[in-house]
Amino acid sequence: MTDVTSPAVPADPPRRSQTQLVLRRLLRKPGAIFSLIILALFVICALFPELLSPHDPYAQSLTRRLRPPAFMERGLEGYWLGTDQLGRDLLSRIIHGARITLLIAVLAVAVSGLIGTAAGLAAGYFGGRTDAVVLRLIDMQLAFPVILLVIAIVAVVGPSITNLIILMGISAWPRFARIVRGAVLSVRSLEFVDAARSLGAHNLRIVILHILPNIMSAIIVYASFELARMILLEATLSFLGLGIQPPTPTWGGMINDGRTYLSISWSVSLFPGIAIALIILAFNLLGDELRDALDPQLNHN
Amino acid sequence: MLRYVARRLLMTLPVFVGILLISFLLTHLSGDPTDLLLTPDTPDAVREEFRRQHGLDQPIWVQFYNFSIRAVQGDFGNSLRFNQPAVELVFERLGATAELAIAAMLLAIAVGIPAGVVAAYRRNTPVDLSVRAVTLFGLAVPSFYLGVIFIVVFAVWLRWLPTGGRGTWMHLVLPATVLAVDQLALIARTTRSCMLDVLNQDYVRTARSKGLGEGWVTWGHALRNAFIPVVTVIGLQFGILLGGVVVTETVFSWPGVGRLAVQAIYARDFPVVQATVMLFAVIFVVVNLIVDIIYALLDPRIGYK
Repeated sequence: MTDVTSPAVPADPPRRSQTQLVLRRLLRKPGAIFSLIILALFVICALFPELLSPHDPYAQSLTRRLRPPAFMERGLEGYWLGTDQLGRDLLSRIIHGARITLLIAVLAVAVSGLIGTAAGLAAGYFGGRTDAVVLRLIDMQLAFPVILLVIAIVAVVGPSITNLIILMGISAWPRFARIVRGAVLSVRSLEFVDAARSLGAHNLRIVILHILPNIMSAIIVYASFELARMILLEATLSFLGLGIQPPTPTWGGMINDGRTYLSISWSVSLFPGIAIALIILAFNLLGDELRDALDPQLNHN
Repeated sequence: MLRYVARRLLMTLPVFVGILLISFLLTHLSGDPTDLLLTPDTPDAVREEFRRQHGLDQPIWVQFYNFSIRAVQGDFGNSLRFNQPAVELVFERLGATAELAIAAMLLAIAVGIPAGVVAAYRRNTPVDLSVRAVTLFGLAVPSFYLGVIFIVVFAVWLRWLPTGGRGTWMHLVLPATVLAVDQLALIARTTRSCMLDVLNQDYVRTARSKGLGEGWVTWGHALRNAFIPVVTVIGLQFGILLGGVVVTETVFSWPGVGRLAVQAIYARDFPVVQATVMLFAVIFVVVNLIVDIIYALLDPRIGYK
């Protein structure tokens, strides 16, 4: 059986060179390089926060509360970005916050990606009634300011990491499903699908071995945008006090902490926000550049 | 036209049922609703009485049915905090939210569309690049963070505007701007790319070649056609605008529905939470219906099917 179907599958060497081609195209863009550098920095922070942060992110001190960054008057040497209302080092807390942020965002995108891809594949491939049901579900969920529901549900079930990942993932699946469905529709009637079917391949085999690899690039591009969106959602939730609870450092929570002390110290709120904006910008830029690199014929301007 | 509207209304029914179901399930998510609605030290006898009174001893489908019937009539019960009908509380705050949302929308349209048009005309010039940079930035900065920055700069340092609350137009400036940023960025981006598409069309060339002024070509011919996707984006983003209301009102202590919802969530005041969720759903569906009608008016080819 495998012998018979193998001619229908694109041979391996050209695909690898395709990846290389895309990477080479990507690395020629300054925007892509910029975003990759930023993302690499944050990933390193998330993986090795203990090595990088100059202080213990939980160590409090009454004598060094609300200090401005080190280069300013009243700043303390070694506390580069200053301290918060409990005297904790801001830089260390931002570095440690990267771990929670990225962990939740990546896993939430994985959850929404799995549900959305499965639903989108089914809708696009089978069409008909399956398609109608999935489309209606998508419309229903997109039709609503989901953040309100997410915060209401988080308030009831409690903001544990698992709950946040599952809820955020469920809140985002319709957008994934829509993208995947569209991509499936564009490849469903191509020759290689007909070829596989005429050789007697099952639906599941066709979908997973023939259709999925061909729409993978659309999924990857979309995942990049979705990561940005999930980071924003997580930050908003923790800003509202419904994210991971203190004392664990979260960027949104830090901004909220600083809000009370704005007139005395602006730095507590300022720096975590820069981290959020940078990482969101990086994922959005990377998504744009990836899309162009994967499909140079389309001129998305 | 009337039939089209009726059909569209009918299509929104499942959305309502879904949202009813979710807001109903909210109080059942963590098991026993009396745990949420009563204090922990309530004696068991009182609990039983409460269950019987509110029909919580009945099968869950019966409960959902009763909940839906009452919800459709606008009855979500009394707020647990204020002991006042939840719907009344929500309607009291509706004016403030409408003021904020409309101001933000107008601002986003008034700035976003001209910015997109100019960027499309001056493609790849510094003007275009700066519009694109600003919109990319606008999408990357969380609105609650922008709100905090605005408060620091305009209220704490410069002392030009109040830090929060509602009253004069001065109170409206900062929250409306913050709420408008996301919309503005999206409207500007969409307008720009649609204008670029439209400007290459034959009818624009025809309009130019018959000697019409550039202003007439832009506003009379190109923009009208570029408008269709822009209107769609405005409609689709309205849900995000409503979500943004929740955050913006919290940051600026704006006494609207969003802040009420967040406070109700903190206080576990579920009748109010359910009432706000339903109200947002109704607003959203109505706005999208209006968008669909505008859409059909702008492009006669979009059938009433």
